[in-house]
Amino acid sequence: MKQPNHLGRYGAFGGKFVPETLMYALEELEAALTDAMNDSEFLNLLQHTLKEYSGRPTPITPIKRLSAEIGGAQIYLKREDLNHTGAHKINNAIGQGLLAKRMGKQKIVAETGAGQHGVAAATVAAYLGLSCIVFMGKKDIERQSLNVFRMELLGAEVVAVESGSQTLKDATNEAIRYWVSHVDDTFYLIGSVVGPHPYPLMVRNFQRIIGEEAKEQMLSKTGKLPNAVCACVGGGSNAMGVFYPFLEDDVQLFGAEAGGKGTDTKEHAATLNKGRKGVIHGALTYLLQDDRGQILEPYSISAGLDYPGIGPEHAYLAEIGRAHYESITDDEAVKALQALCEKEGILPALESAHALALAFKKAQTMPPEQSILVCLSGRGDKDVQTIRKVLKEGGSHVSV
Amino acid sequence: MSRFSRYISKDNKMLFIPYITAGDPNADATVDLALMLESLGAHAIELGIPYSDPLADGPVIQKASIRALNSGMTLERAMSLVPIMREKGLKIPVIIFTYYNLLLQLGEEQFFKLAKNGDIDAVLVPDLPFEESCLLREKAKVHQIPLISLVAPTTSVERLKKIGEASEGFLYCVSSLGVTGVRDEFHPDVYHFLKNVKSACDLPIAVGFGISSYQQVEKLSPFCDGFIVGSVIVREVENRIDQLAKDDQRPLAVEEIKRTLSVKLFGPFEAPNQNKGTESTAYS
Repeated sequence: MKQPNHLGRYGAFGGKFVPETLMYALEELEAALTDAMNDSEFLNLLQHTLKEYSGRPTPITPIKRLSAEIGGAQIYLKREDLNHTGAHKINNAIGQGLLAKRMGKQKIVAETGAGQHGVAAATVAAYLGLSCIVFMGKKDIERQSLNVFRMELLGAEVVAVESGSQTLKDATNEAIRYWVSHVDDTFYLIGSVVGPHPYPLMVRNFQRIIGEEAKEQMLSKTGKLPNAVCACVGGGSNAMGVFYPFLEDDVQLFGAEAGGKGTDTKEHAATLNKGRKGVIHGALTYLLQDDRGQILEPYSISAGLDYPGIGPEHAYLAEIGRAHYESITDDEAVKALQALCEKEGILPALESAHALALAFKKAQTMPPEQSILVCLSGRGDKDVQTIRKVLKEGGSHVSV
Repeated sequence: MSRFSRYISKDNKMLFIPYITAGDPNADATVDLALMLESLGAHAIELGIPYSDPLADGPVIQKASIRALNSGMTLERAMSLVPIMREKGLKIPVIIFTYYNLLLQLGEEQFFKLAKNGDIDAVLVPDLPFEESCLLREKAKVHQIPLISLVAPTTSVERLKKIGEASEGFLYCVSSLGVTGVRDEFHPDVYHFLKNVKSACDLPIAVGFGISSYQQVEKLSPFCDGFIVGSVIVREVENRIDQLAKDDQRPLAVEEIKRTLSVKLFGPFEAPNQNKGTESTAYS
């Protein structure tokens, strides 16, 4: 199963649907990426930076009390929340940042929704001495003012995007437009396994360390591979990172999409369950769109899952049945988040709480000698305001 | 000889190819604007289909897209406007300018069927680069509706040759790095780039992105066969949205746009007279 092919296709999905002006930049990036990934010096530098700067490897934590209470399979967390900046996003930002530097680019441009990838990009730019521009929807800037301030503290310039619906998809459009105009000296640091080839491949390869570490850790801790792996999916970078090393193994893979207020409403981001094939941000994949092909604005309580598309490799894995994608509502995610706080003393990001909620459901259907690995992609400090607001408005209290 | 090759020919230099967004601010205005542009000397019209995420477009056309979407415009509806334009006397070719997802959702076969029925002459897809366009290109050939290719200053000479050989109609040369929109300066390499394009292919070559004045066109004219203008027209539309939306005020607004564009785009030169089908005098 060698994917993607030379055109950047995973089965029918992926490809490069971009204006001609960018084709040169994508070819240049592909060549530089191939060269770097075959250079032991670059790979050593990457390993070293992930260890010394981000604190890798991240541990595996069994959640014994909660597993016992839920019943069924034992649940283990891959603790990406313990990375520098608090989420898996830094793995990819370090990889692309080092590549940008190697290519001699002085400027990084990035898009961000809630600000997590923007913070990771700004962090790496500061660390490597590169300048950084982050495009962020005007609505997101209003919702996430603390992250805007964080990025500015890190020396990045945050540009408010007022076009379209003023959220992540428009920030991505604007970052691409900026890149088209400054393609000579600018590196576009995409935050997820989305966009034109080779981005989905590159981001997956910078994130697969999650699954590679976890596989070894599960083997040494439990003597076997987990029976299932759960991860949340917006664009899908942490999921692709944790899934990829398990693709050839007898391990079930489950992705949790944001079900928002329910997939029977218009307010969700359940791309694979409710979307259709189409082109978004340079790739053929599944996306939320109307009958005519106009892209719809998604919704989720978690800003990191609030994306109308999904990485093309996920679309492929769903189509061939290798991975299964189910939707988790806002309520289910908040309940899972509360349970992990109260029973295990870990505050997960709302995104990661979707993966957790799906794992709880799956665990109950499995015998206790089996295990589930959950990618806890980020910590929830950024979400406390949102959670407080939800709970004040009558959101549920813990009941698993 | 097709209508397209009759009008879009090196013999008709300088080709004037204006762009408007279909449905901005409504369908009736689009029909009237197309007729006005023909009377201003256009050799073909690019009819832009509004899209929620127009990656290749700058703010002026982005805003026009939103206005057009709000007026209910779709790819199918826009295509159905062309027979109305023809009924009212439009003779020049119409090129549908659409982002790929809209075409994909309508269905490629359905698109060509409607294009044939609707007397549409060509199609241009700004986010479908050469590598991704093979299947659509074959279908376009079967239906004899040219798929117009774009090339940019970042396109290598080998790529130019490959694209030039496989393309039909004319080659759309992007003048600068960036999105559509009025700009004062071209990419410094533009003339060199255009020379490369000219030696790499036999098709007429037209330059677009950022052109808004006859002075710019004059500078480009030794290096190409035509020019494409979009944002400068759409901005004039934007300035008269309310009048264009009202039936009784529209004729005056359209006339004003014509006068303004004539001064900006042709200045002291005579606008091309494409109806004679002979060599025009503009910029030559």
